[in-house]
Amino acid sequence: MPTRLQKEANKENLLINMGPSHPAMHGTIRIMLELDGEKILNSEVEVGYLHRGFEKTCEDKTYFNLLPYTDRLNYVSPLINNLGYVMTMEKMLGIETPERSQYIRVILCELSRISDHLTALAAMTMECGAFTAFLYYIQAREELWNIIEQTTGARMTTSYIRIGGVRADLHPDIKIQLEKATKINRRVLKDNHGLLDKNRIWINRTRDVAVVSPKMAVNYGFAGPCLRASKVNYDVRKAQPYLVYDQLEFEVPLGDNGDNYDRYLVRMKEMEQSLRIIEQCMNLIPKSAGPEELMTKGLEPAEAIKVSRKKRLEDTIKLSPNLEGSEKVKYPGILTGDKKYIVPPKEDTYSSIEGLIHHFKFFMKDHGIRPPKGDVYFSVEGGNGEVGYYIVSDGTDKPFRLHLRGPCFHIVSALEEMIKGHYVADVIPTFGSMNMIGGELDR
Amino acid sequence: MEIEKVINELKVKFKDDITEFSIQFGDHVIRIKRESLQDIVRFLKKTPHNFSMLLDLTCVDYIGEKLRFEMVYHLYSISNKNRLRLKIRLDENDLKIDSLTSFWGNANWLEREVFDMYGVRFNGHPDLRRLFMYDGFEGYPLRKDYPLRKRQPIIPMRNEDAD
Amino acid sequence: MGRIKPRHHYPEERKYKGSFFATKLNYVIGWGRKFSIFHYPFITACCGMEYMSAACGHWDFDRFGVGMTTFSPRQSDMLFVVGTISHKEAPVLRTVYEQMCEPKWVIACGACTLSGGIYDNYAVVQGIDKIIPVDVFIPGCPPRPETILDAIEKLQDKIQYQQQDWRWKSKK
Repeated sequence: MPTRLQKEANKENLLINMGPSHPAMHGTIRIMLELDGEKILNSEVEVGYLHRGFEKTCEDKTYFNLLPYTDRLNYVSPLINNLGYVMTMEKMLGIETPERSQYIRVILCELSRISDHLTALAAMTMECGAFTAFLYYIQAREELWNIIEQTTGARMTTSYIRIGGVRADLHPDIKIQLEKATKINRRVLKDNHGLLDKNRIWINRTRDVAVVSPKMAVNYGFAGPCLRASKVNYDVRKAQPYLVYDQLEFEVPLGDNGDNYDRYLVRMKEMEQSLRIIEQCMNLIPKSAGPEELMTKGLEPAEAIKVSRKKRLEDTIKLSPNLEGSEKVKYPGILTGDKKYIVPPKEDTYSSIEGLIHHFKFFMKDHGIRPPKGDVYFSVEGGNGEVGYYIVSDGTDKPFRLHLRGPCFHIVSALEEMIKGHYVADVIPTFGSMNMIGGELDR
Repeated sequence: MEIEKVINELKVKFKDDITEFSIQFGDHVIRIKRESLQDIVRFLKKTPHNFSMLLDLTCVDYIGEKLRFEMVYHLYSISNKNRLRLKIRLDENDLKIDSLTSFWGNANWLEREVFDMYGVRFNGHPDLRRLFMYDGFEGYPLRKDYPLRKRQPIIPMRNEDAD
Repeated sequence: MGRIKPRHHYPEERKYKGSFFATKLNYVIGWGRKFSIFHYPFITACCGMEYMSAACGHWDFDRFGVGMTTFSPRQSDMLFVVGTISHKEAPVLRTVYEQMCEPKWVIACGACTLSGGIYDNYAVVQGIDKIIPVDVFIPGCPPRPETILDAIEKLQDKIQYQQQDWRWKSKK
């Protein structure tokens, strides 16, 4: 079936297809170009190659079960999607979370935001040929993912932020590791500023290319770094502060022109601001409930097996099969006290009948989280802009409708107009600076 | 200007077209009639209300009710920091509504997505066709009567035992 | 030179059996092929992030001989399918696979390529072995980079000990 471009194009011009599987490591998208020599006259963008049916699948799962699906939406900053969903549910249910869990959420969200910007810039610079910058960015990202893995248990798809708080407490050594990671990140940022900021080739490729005026940016519903590069000051963390952002000091960098170079520079500056936020949080965070060590006392696992062969085991086992930091003593700091919405601690579940019934009633069909009827919208600041969730509930334990406002959907819808009149080689940095994430675009 | 003042002005100017004002979990929601959508949007976009950004445009399927589909619009004002939600109910047999492509640029793709998933047609849309699903897909996936696992493959699948 | 002993003890029943010279010739051709694989990364979704980690400085897979990334199917040996394949993408995958020249191998990375992963709905292909034949499956959502390296080693064992097809023969 001929596409719109094939019907409208002049028969003498060349039609080129940058197909769904293409070297720009962003995902799958199809861009069709009508060329006169190398100049682009007209283009058409086709999306939907990663449509995974997120919204319809979520209508089939309970509110707690669909948390892993939200991880895989914007897969370079997974904790922010988790946070958006969980804060929407908390707005609907009216839950207050303890202060320590809010600080933990802020720290992990900022780590996710930094890794989002690092990945976006890594891909963008690699496609323009700056291979060294790509390797440096990925090295910095590995340091951050080490910290995320130690806290949450997984490098990428974490499902760590839960309704009512977070899953587990921070490791006692986290301050030392964060200092090391911020040092490496600052060094990488300084190196890449030196490599790219005043580089003649980089400036030639990205300056004055795909300029987006402020009026056009607001008209197309941009948000995030792409909007701030066009000199419009809108950041959800400052406009409608959530969690503890109103107690933290940070700036919102703005660009000048709205071209690719500004989008690159705004992202670099935002990473520095995120590092500042993390340092402030580590000074302000309240102490954790319970003792500092995470491992419970008791026998080693091999010893415990030997003892249990002779008689019933009375001591506890030292290595907990749960995530470190999710013991019952830590619960007051990390999860809300309202028992209806949280998973009970394993010590209760396995040792008392009330705990077992509580666990059972949380997970069983028709019994879990049942919010009141109505609909709610809440948005957080993601790596690309405003990530919003719109949830309609009809009183049962499954959402009636769940819709995601993905920020890069609106940015990519402006791509056809952004590349008109430019050359074929300009498509690559433009597309890279938009930071299209397939999971968020196609859902 | 505060959101309450905006609501009061809307009450004064469009008292026939707006059927319901409510506050759901802290958000302001107004329910309007289908014909007055473009007038209300034009009024809200002007100064001093300045609702300059269309955040989202989606549809909800209330199967079993008389007016089955409901269109939901989220508007935002950057200068005043106000949020507003508009809702319109549509009947299944008359599934048409005016398009907002003349006001905002991203309404183009948003409305294509709603057409793809629900089958709602937009009057005045320049290029209404499917966005996420492929040509040859029959049906509208997000409707409640479309089964979740009904697949329509385009290329023939191999036999799993063959190698 | 490479490893002296096969680390994964490739199963005996799948090794090529023949006369002394035929097996040695097979071994040498396989040795040459396994350490010079040009791969085509067909990246769609989240597993691509772990692919990037496996390709870069920390868990480099260039030291295994798989470092050359080519984006032309005609010049590649191995198709590295990374990420969810939807029904809209399936004809594209089939076209890319058919454009590759023999001998060719396929690695399916991630749970979505094995069986659809957590997505069992109208839009996702439940396993890419319904479209193309696959040699190595990597489970995980997403798999850790060490798992990807292990899978490359297993593929290298398979390449060395299988019957090399130096005649024209296509897999269906």
